[in-house]
Amino acid sequence: MTNLPATKEFVGVQIADELPELQIPLTRTLIVSTAIATRDYQVVHHDPTVAAERGSQDIIMNILTSNAFVGRFVTDWAGPNCFIRSVKVRLGAPNYPGDTMIIGGSVTEKNEQTKTVTIAVKGSNSMGDHMNATVEVVLP
Amino acid sequence: MSTTAADIIVDITPQEKESFYARLQAFVGLEIGEPVVAPDEVNAAMIRHLVETVGDDNPIYTNTELAATSIHGGIVAPPTMLQAWVMMGFKGTKLTGESPYEKMNQLLFSRGFTSVLGTNSEQTYERYLRLGDRLTLRTTIDSISNEKSTGLGTGHFVGTRQDYYDADKQLVGSMLFRIFRFKPAAKAPVSKPRPVRPRPATTHDNQWWFDALNEGVLYAQGCGQCQQVRFPTGPMCPSCHSLKWTKVDMPLSGSIHSFVVAHYPQVPSFDYPLPILLVDLDPVDAPGGDKIRMVMNSADTDLESLVIGARVRIDIRSTDPDMKLPFAIVETQPSNGASA
Repeated sequence: MTNLPATKEFVGVQIADELPELQIPLTRTLIVSTAIATRDYQVVHHDPTVAAERGSQDIIMNILTSNAFVGRFVTDWAGPNCFIRSVKVRLGAPNYPGDTMIIGGSVTEKNEQTKTVTIAVKGSNSMGDHMNATVEVVLP
Repeated sequence: MSTTAADIIVDITPQEKESFYARLQAFVGLEIGEPVVAPDEVNAAMIRHLVETVGDDNPIYTNTELAATSIHGGIVAPPTMLQAWVMMGFKGTKLTGESPYEKMNQLLFSRGFTSVLGTNSEQTYERYLRLGDRLTLRTTIDSISNEKSTGLGTGHFVGTRQDYYDADKQLVGSMLFRIFRFKPAAKAPVSKPRPVRPRPATTHDNQWWFDALNEGVLYAQGCGQCQQVRFPTGPMCPSCHSLKWTKVDMPLSGSIHSFVVAHYPQVPSFDYPLPILLVDLDPVDAPGGDKIRMVMNSADTDLESLVIGARVRIDIRSTDPDMKLPFAIVETQPSNGASA
């Protein structure tokens, strides 16, 4: 990468614009690695035996990682010169190994004063919605 | 403190519920404990580890030169990484039992609200974090809902507000985090459909016998030439070698010739201990008609009543929608209290 990739401009973004879909294969390695990379050593994120004892069918992705994927999903689309103002996530079905999470989203609001766009993000897996998120991002 | 099942109060009156909720509400507004100082400054290595795992190629996180040309002016941490900087990591958080958060949890545990599920994470960022930032986190109990029933069970939503400050005590970000502390709803036992009983291996020479059982009839085989009765079924009379044969209707009664009780190995389609009986069927009026024995399981029978020589009644029962088999039911001696 020799130049900074382009950043979406506020004027060019319209309500209902769709963001490119992101497919995340939920490997066991991914779930464990992301938990450790966020310094989350809770056993339900890496030990399937203990997870089962606690009533979970397997290990689950941690919340910090779901947040990180929301951030990536938005800046993959918006580009580097944006400022994420807020990420609000409502959690649903857990992300288990072997599944795939599909992240999609669209622009729902534009604030002309603050040059902020609001994006509704949905991450779903085979069981349903893993998360529904609302992201506010300031664009140039 | 440890909570045992016996400590958990399950049935409480509405008044008790109200006073419990009032005691919970007293925690709202309190800091959960001491502020947490991030163990590490915001640093390039931890940022890179995280963006690698989530596949985030945004150059402002890892590329010094390109980040310098961005509006951020240099490498910054992904904003959603906020919480990672104060995670206690492998060592975990030291519990004293004395902090307001622990005391609130103890109160919740005392009513059986022992399970936890994260439901909402709402982060707001004042600025992106730069290399060298050292965060301090102060967390306040923000809200505790009254008792709610959900698909998971009943419990209370507990919201905490986390405020993140930099070394200059400026707020850099905050997070509302909501969990559901609940009493798990009683789960219906997971009922796996029981596998059907293994099917007998049928051949041209015995299919008719199993077909008759499905019609509720128990046969032996008779010789079409010398009338000798035989079982199990076969193509040729062992006595006169004739290939002609007939069906011989057998009585649904007999006595135990011998038996075993199987304990292991256990096959999922059977109940154990599993009695396996060799039953002498009551005689029919034909040569060999008093020597017919069949292997079958017993039903409705105590193990104690299995005795060689005991009288049995034979019941033809379904083992699956397409299969019937004979079962021996030991006839218990009617006790009439008479004594010699």
